[in-house]
Amino acid sequence: MPPIVESPLPEARYTYGGDEFIFCEIAEAMSFGANFKALAICQELGRRKVDGIVEICPANASYLVRLDPDVIAPSDLLAQLKQIEASLDTAHVSFSTRVIDVPAYYDDPWTREVLMRFRANHQAPEGTDLEYVTRINGFASEQEFIEAHHGSPYYVSMVGFVPGLPWCFQMVGPERQLEVPKYLTPRTDTPALALSHGGAFAAIYPVQGPGGYQLFAMCPVPIFDPKEELPDFQDSFVIFRVGDILKIRPVDREGYDAIRAEVEAKTYRYKMIDVEFEPQEFFADPEAYNAELVRKLYA
Amino acid sequence: MIRVHDGGVRTTVQDAGRFGLYHFGMPPSGALDDYSFRAANLLVGNEEGAAVLEATFSGPTLEFEEDAVIAVTGADLPLKLDGEEQPSWTSLAVKGGQVLSFDFLRAGARAYIAVAGGIDVPVVFGSRSTYALCVIGGLEGRAIREGDVLPVGSARPAAAGRTVDERLRTALPKEVELRVNMGLCDYRLTDEGRRSFLESEWTVTPAADRIGYRYRGGQLSFVEREQPFGAGSDPSNVVDVGYPVGSIQVPGGVEPICLLNDAVTGGGYVTIGTVISVDRDAVAQSKTHGKTLFRAVGIEEALQARAERRARLDAVRAALS
Repeated sequence: MPPIVESPLPEARYTYGGDEFIFCEIAEAMSFGANFKALAICQELGRRKVDGIVEICPANASYLVRLDPDVIAPSDLLAQLKQIEASLDTAHVSFSTRVIDVPAYYDDPWTREVLMRFRANHQAPEGTDLEYVTRINGFASEQEFIEAHHGSPYYVSMVGFVPGLPWCFQMVGPERQLEVPKYLTPRTDTPALALSHGGAFAAIYPVQGPGGYQLFAMCPVPIFDPKEELPDFQDSFVIFRVGDILKIRPVDREGYDAIRAEVEAKTYRYKMIDVEFEPQEFFADPEAYNAELVRKLYA
Repeated sequence: MIRVHDGGVRTTVQDAGRFGLYHFGMPPSGALDDYSFRAANLLVGNEEGAAVLEATFSGPTLEFEEDAVIAVTGADLPLKLDGEEQPSWTSLAVKGGQVLSFDFLRAGARAYIAVAGGIDVPVVFGSRSTYALCVIGGLEGRAIREGDVLPVGSARPAAAGRTVDERLRTALPKEVELRVNMGLCDYRLTDEGRRSFLESEWTVTPAADRIGYRYRGGQLSFVEREQPFGAGSDPSNVVDVGYPVGSIQVPGGVEPICLLNDAVTGGGYVTIGTVISVDRDAVAQSKTHGKTLFRAVGIEEALQARAERRARLDAVRAALS
């Protein structure tokens, strides 16, 4: 895999979102650099423990802050955010994160049942979502698409929509990014824990509900556990955080059922390791860097 | 304890909201009309942020097992105790065994029923507010219904007969003007699209709930561009962003949606501005087929409106302290 060379970022755009929010768009296009910069600014703002900050939300290529204007004037916070942007060397960030093993059962019967119910909402009503994403990404077979989909790890660039949903950006160069349109009209139903893809992002739906991403796999392990019953959820009701690195591991029906049994018994634990993520090393040789992360995870 | 004989169209337990978890995708929930909610609590002597019932379009029928002090604010939803009409925006003494019921809605959309001591459901992630999509908070994470029993916290209730001056009550106009701070991704709008948004008369569609309000009326157009990487193919798509509560998005350019307290926290639709915090209350009191106008305001006017509302609430506090 060649090195990843991203274009320089444009000037960030700041706007108020009414009196209680400030929105900063780092770039209109998705890139690792835009996300790392948004994350670095959010982390620095968090470290400063500014009075009147209610929420700090890094997103794919932007971030959002909620404030209490009775405590801090929006214009003062805006000035502080610009000052943080100017003071940080956001092109050379490194940060502590985790590599997490995420089992997934591709071409499973449950997402297939749901997607077949919503063919009228789809660009290619005659086939399945998997056939469609395979074709428009130029793969010869569904198996090849599936291999590309889980072959390289993903970087969690945003969490939200509903509690715990990760937007996952594959850790490959632009020439290898899988890009797929969303449904023409969103479905009114998606099974909980469906693994999907829309735009340049993979996503796992935490709960059953509406959705517009292409569906083709099912994850056996919850990613949102409001009762905090599974051991990994003792400290937090969601598992994924911005900056996490996910390795999707394909399992077959037997593997899926075995993991489900552990989930039902409330004994399942995600396999994960802590790492220090070095973007510059990753950009220089993504294939080798990813291979080393995966090797450490399964060592 | 309060026995629910009838839940009404949709009545949920709400407090001031659930904060600090937006970056995990957890919306705040909480009372939609913040002013009426706080006034209801002040009337019965609660902390302002205590949990109340938010009734939508119609009221519940509730039997009080013990003596209680209650108050109803917000929408004009005529209330009765054992069939006898009672004033709203007033603290009322309820005897154990009495039944609170409501007549048909006369104006507004949401009424707040506060009980001295607050609705004492468990606190989930820092709040008692119901978030129905994920079935958390409130009573079992859902709207109340016949047969439910609502626990009430212990209280030193305020006296009955306290009232909020008419001039300090929530206005419930038929036509609503919402002040919008334009921004976010509004660079995507053409001049014509911006004009259509600010000059059209909009009507609230039936898709109007705690998640958001959808409007019909004008047609918005977007500046033509080659879509940036990751944004998706539709011109109303952007690379997914965080959505402010109160922000307005326009999927496909057709129906603007104003996101409210139970909305998704982010996504890939163009957002063009944000309803100022004060006017989220006005959205909450508007309803399907209601007329709505959007007027652009800057941050200073938004803060001025906020200061004025704070002064009104201070006046309520002073009158009831």
